[in-house]
Amino acid sequence: MNFFYHAGRYFSLLAKVFSRPERHRIYLKRLFTEIEALGLDSVGIVVVISIFMGGIITLQLAYNMVNPFLPTYLVGLGNRDTQILEFSSTIMALIMAGKIGSNITSEIGSMRVTEQIDSLEIMGVNPASYLILPKIIAVVFIFPFLYVLSVFFGIIGGLLVGPGVGAITAAEYLNGVQYSFVPYYVTFSLIKSLFFGFLVASVPAYFGYFVEGGAFEVGAASTRAVVSTNILILVFDLILTQLLL
Amino acid sequence: MIRVESIYKSFEGKSVLRNISTEFLKGQTNLIIGRSGSGKTVLLKSIVGLHEVDEGNIFYDDRNFTIMKPKVRKKLRQEMGMVFQGGALFDSLSVAENVRFPLDMFTNQTHAEKEKQVAFCLERVNISPEAFNLSPAEISGGMQKRVAIARAISLNPKYLFCDEPNSGLDPETSIVIDSLIHEITTDLNITTIINTHDMNSVMEIGDKILFISEGEMCWEGNKTEILHAENKKLQEFVFANRQYKEMRDARLGNEA
Repeated sequence: MNFFYHAGRYFSLLAKVFSRPERHRIYLKRLFTEIEALGLDSVGIVVVISIFMGGIITLQLAYNMVNPFLPTYLVGLGNRDTQILEFSSTIMALIMAGKIGSNITSEIGSMRVTEQIDSLEIMGVNPASYLILPKIIAVVFIFPFLYVLSVFFGIIGGLLVGPGVGAITAAEYLNGVQYSFVPYYVTFSLIKSLFFGFLVASVPAYFGYFVEGGAFEVGAASTRAVVSTNILILVFDLILTQLLL
Repeated sequence: MIRVESIYKSFEGKSVLRNISTEFLKGQTNLIIGRSGSGKTVLLKSIVGLHEVDEGNIFYDDRNFTIMKPKVRKKLRQEMGMVFQGGALFDSLSVAENVRFPLDMFTNQTHAEKEKQVAFCLERVNISPEAFNLSPAEISGGMQKRVAIARAISLNPKYLFCDEPNSGLDPETSIVIDSLIHEITTDLNITTIINTHDMNSVMEIGDKILFISEGEMCWEGNKTEILHAENKKLQEFVFANRQYKEMRDARLGNEA
């Protein structure tokens, strides 16, 4: 019952979010601010995590593929496909749910408990649309870019670490990276990243928007938002993989 | 003028407001008073539409707010200004941007016109230009309340609502805020409703006073009548502060 209650309230909030904005110019201004705050400020952490994960995946593949019948270029291929299919879309979305999601819940939740949302409503502004719509558009817009960036730096991470520690040569690694490339995998993951972007912005916004109480409740709502977003990302990953691959 | 007729409000089966009917007059500071938890804030939030009433009607100059379509209600909201208990200024905007926000959202004024209106409103509440670009976190609680008043009057509202505007302020600053609200009400000839449990405010600016206890309207009158009211609950509330009991006794002594 609790699930249906939240689902119903979530969709009714989305109906308010996607209603006609009062002033397009102001929303556009907010959109650019959100792209910077939620998207561009995430570039650093995406690059760092991707380089390390690319390096670690490469090492694990290299150290575990001890069968002499397995060609060494599979290490590069394995890292590339892991990055393209799962890490840069799904795992990165889970990480971003923690970073961006908790930020959105705490920002909107704090505005709720300090009556700033009531204040918007009294003025005649649609607070759901004004606060949440630019965030959703910003995150959905930026997620595919973060995905591409993550794939690129994940592969670079493997190139730096694999040959760097002598687990594989650079030529073998690069040969694997280019071997049997399926462009549709990128399309598939870009579609996933759009879905995940929507979840990462809208679910935490929902938890923040309906928070009641004070600072403690805002913190608890942030935790619930991140956990719920993560579960939904995994559920959608399963559904989309079944539907699209 | 705002008129409420027999309004009832409950939360999860718990009755909070019962059969409240009254009129709040234009050009006057109308005060809703009562103990903490008496239902003052729920009444104020029901009047402005932040809570939907279960029964009854609320009229804004004969326009029935309770049955209004959302679009019409949204339009009417542009005639309202509200000062929240904590100020509710937008953290991400500066003092001037907070006051300019309603103008950006609802007017087609030029940048210069908006700047002029922002400066006018902020000067009206005695905020110096040096503070215009500060963020709400960088100014004192009293200044935040004054900025909130400036924001509330930026669209020249017909109705001004203040939820405990003096909470958390020292007595001297409270007097400044009270005087400011009273001046604005009379100068702009607007309907102002203030929620308070501050007896100093009641005695300073209470043109009309509505006393609520346990969700019911117990008494209404004005600041000169309140000290002599016969209502027991009201007397307990007013004379909890000995100063007012002494004031009444002195008045009675003078009359005798």
